[in-house]
Amino acid sequence: MASAFVAPGRRLDKGVEALMVWILRIGGWASVLVTFGIIVTLVTESAPFFAKVPLIRLVKDTMWTPLFSEPQYGIGALLAGTMVTTLVALSVAVPLGTILAIYLSEFAPSRFRELVKPMLELLSAVPTVVYGYFALLALTPLLQKIYPDLPQFSMLSAGLIMGIMIVPYVTSLGEDSMRSVPMLLREGAYALGDGKLGVAVRVVFPGAFSGLAAAYVLAISRAVGETMIVAIAAGLQPRMTINPLESAATVTAFIVQVSLGDLPHGSIGYQSIFVAGAMLFLLTLGFNLAGHGLRKKFHRAS
Amino acid sequence: MLPEKRAHELERRAHRRRSIDRWFGRLGMVLTLTTLGILAVLLLNLAVNGLSRIDWHFLTSFPSRRAAEAGILSAWVGTLLLMIVTASVAIPFGIAAGIYLEEYAPKNRWTDFIEINIANLAGVPSILYGLMALGLFVYSFRFGQSILSGGLALACLVLPIVIVATRESLRSIPAMIREAAFALGATRWQAVWHHLLPYSTGGIATGVILAMSRAIGESAPLITIGALTFIAFLPPPALHSTPPFVSFEWLFSPYSALPIQMFNWVSRPGEEFQANAAAAGLVLMVITLSMNGAAILIRRRAQRNITW
Repeated sequence: MASAFVAPGRRLDKGVEALMVWILRIGGWASVLVTFGIIVTLVTESAPFFAKVPLIRLVKDTMWTPLFSEPQYGIGALLAGTMVTTLVALSVAVPLGTILAIYLSEFAPSRFRELVKPMLELLSAVPTVVYGYFALLALTPLLQKIYPDLPQFSMLSAGLIMGIMIVPYVTSLGEDSMRSVPMLLREGAYALGDGKLGVAVRVVFPGAFSGLAAAYVLAISRAVGETMIVAIAAGLQPRMTINPLESAATVTAFIVQVSLGDLPHGSIGYQSIFVAGAMLFLLTLGFNLAGHGLRKKFHRAS
Repeated sequence: MLPEKRAHELERRAHRRRSIDRWFGRLGMVLTLTTLGILAVLLLNLAVNGLSRIDWHFLTSFPSRRAAEAGILSAWVGTLLLMIVTASVAIPFGIAAGIYLEEYAPKNRWTDFIEINIANLAGVPSILYGLMALGLFVYSFRFGQSILSGGLALACLVLPIVIVATRESLRSIPAMIREAAFALGATRWQAVWHHLLPYSTGGIATGVILAMSRAIGESAPLITIGALTFIAFLPPPALHSTPPFVSFEWLFSPYSALPIQMFNWVSRPGEEFQANAAAAGLVLMVITLSMNGAAILIRRRAQRNITW
């Protein structure tokens, strides 16, 4: 009979197996639990705010001063700051990141590429508080020499440094997707007489576009959620402005600013940072899902 | 067009293309070096402003109202203790989740959902982990503004990094290793434990180091749970000379951390405090950059030693 040949430890093995499946499964659930925790916290802690303040005021008010005695709840003032710093950061990270990706994938000698890639990654490993320090105490004084009217806190300075921070996100994902474009396509274009840059721009770039788009979208998500650089260098005053030469608070900087003070549980200040947080979560969720979808598309295509 | 003229025209175009390529190659090289140069300038700036502040006194003193006497003792002890909490939560859960998703999970909607969820978690702004920790750990679980709350917040933050690293290094192991193990009668867990995990140690270690380095440099989530206070004491010790010898009181102690201390000094007026900030930043940079360097080396060695 077959069962006679079952090794003595077999039953134990089965038991260990069943136990491990459960332990590992719990690990898998932990990640869902974290998301759940974030959503539930944001919803329950900001709900009392919405019970007090009608939604329309978030859109209608032009200032964000929830801690004043006559509060205003125009969240647009915070979103403006986030938008401006993000755009400044993207205006650095997208062109620079894309050129570096094209260069590293199509032009650079392979030994140079292997040397430089991990070094570029270090740029995104620098603690953001250090970048904030650098923006406030090194870049801003430098910019003030060129443009003397620049205030001590400015969205320009914070945005530029933030752009440097997200360059590696664009470059590394962009370079991966460009290198996965099949050699055959390049060779076809070379055979038709195109040059290296022509092939890169007309063949490789379109071929890798979903990967690059994913890189851009994830870079936006990073810039929107970045906190310390803007909190240190862009200022903490909410201001409805689109001029990057001014100082203004972002959604994230507002959360920091309120957290710095005394924050009794259940006060309007406490609730308002969860409202800002919920806003931030929705914004980045959109970008993260779009980025994930684009990335999957690129993996399927290659 | 005359044949010679056409040939001439084509040659001219080819020549122009070649020179454009050459120029772009130079531009790319210059931009790459400039970008790396910014990192160098950043380090140099910290060194010039902060190196003179770093001495034994700086490492062994509490923060102070007088800049010249202030140090980072409570900050680096706090960072160390936070990392103990973060590592002991994020590493086991992250590796378990990675193994489950890569080796066990059936292909169905629930698994797809977990996958999208992890991709999103990796992009959730760090400050939202702070808000979650504030609402959940500090107030609902009543852990207070403690090392436990901070460490758990950072653990949630770096969990996706550990999961993704574990999955990627498992995925790079060829299917034949698993098949060979199953053919010899191994259960799935035996295949994982005896074959797959040993092969993926390098990749997982790389991910764990990168995750820890990220956690060390994070300040936003810690600020939201109220870590920015004047801390001039150390948490109670974990070991005692009297029974029961071990105490976990330190988990519930208020704390400071290196990036928090640096933020505190940056936001103060006065050049002396800025020098302190530069010094703290330099310490932070040395820690995170050397961890990243170690991760790169481990990854290289792991790749070199394994040939399938």
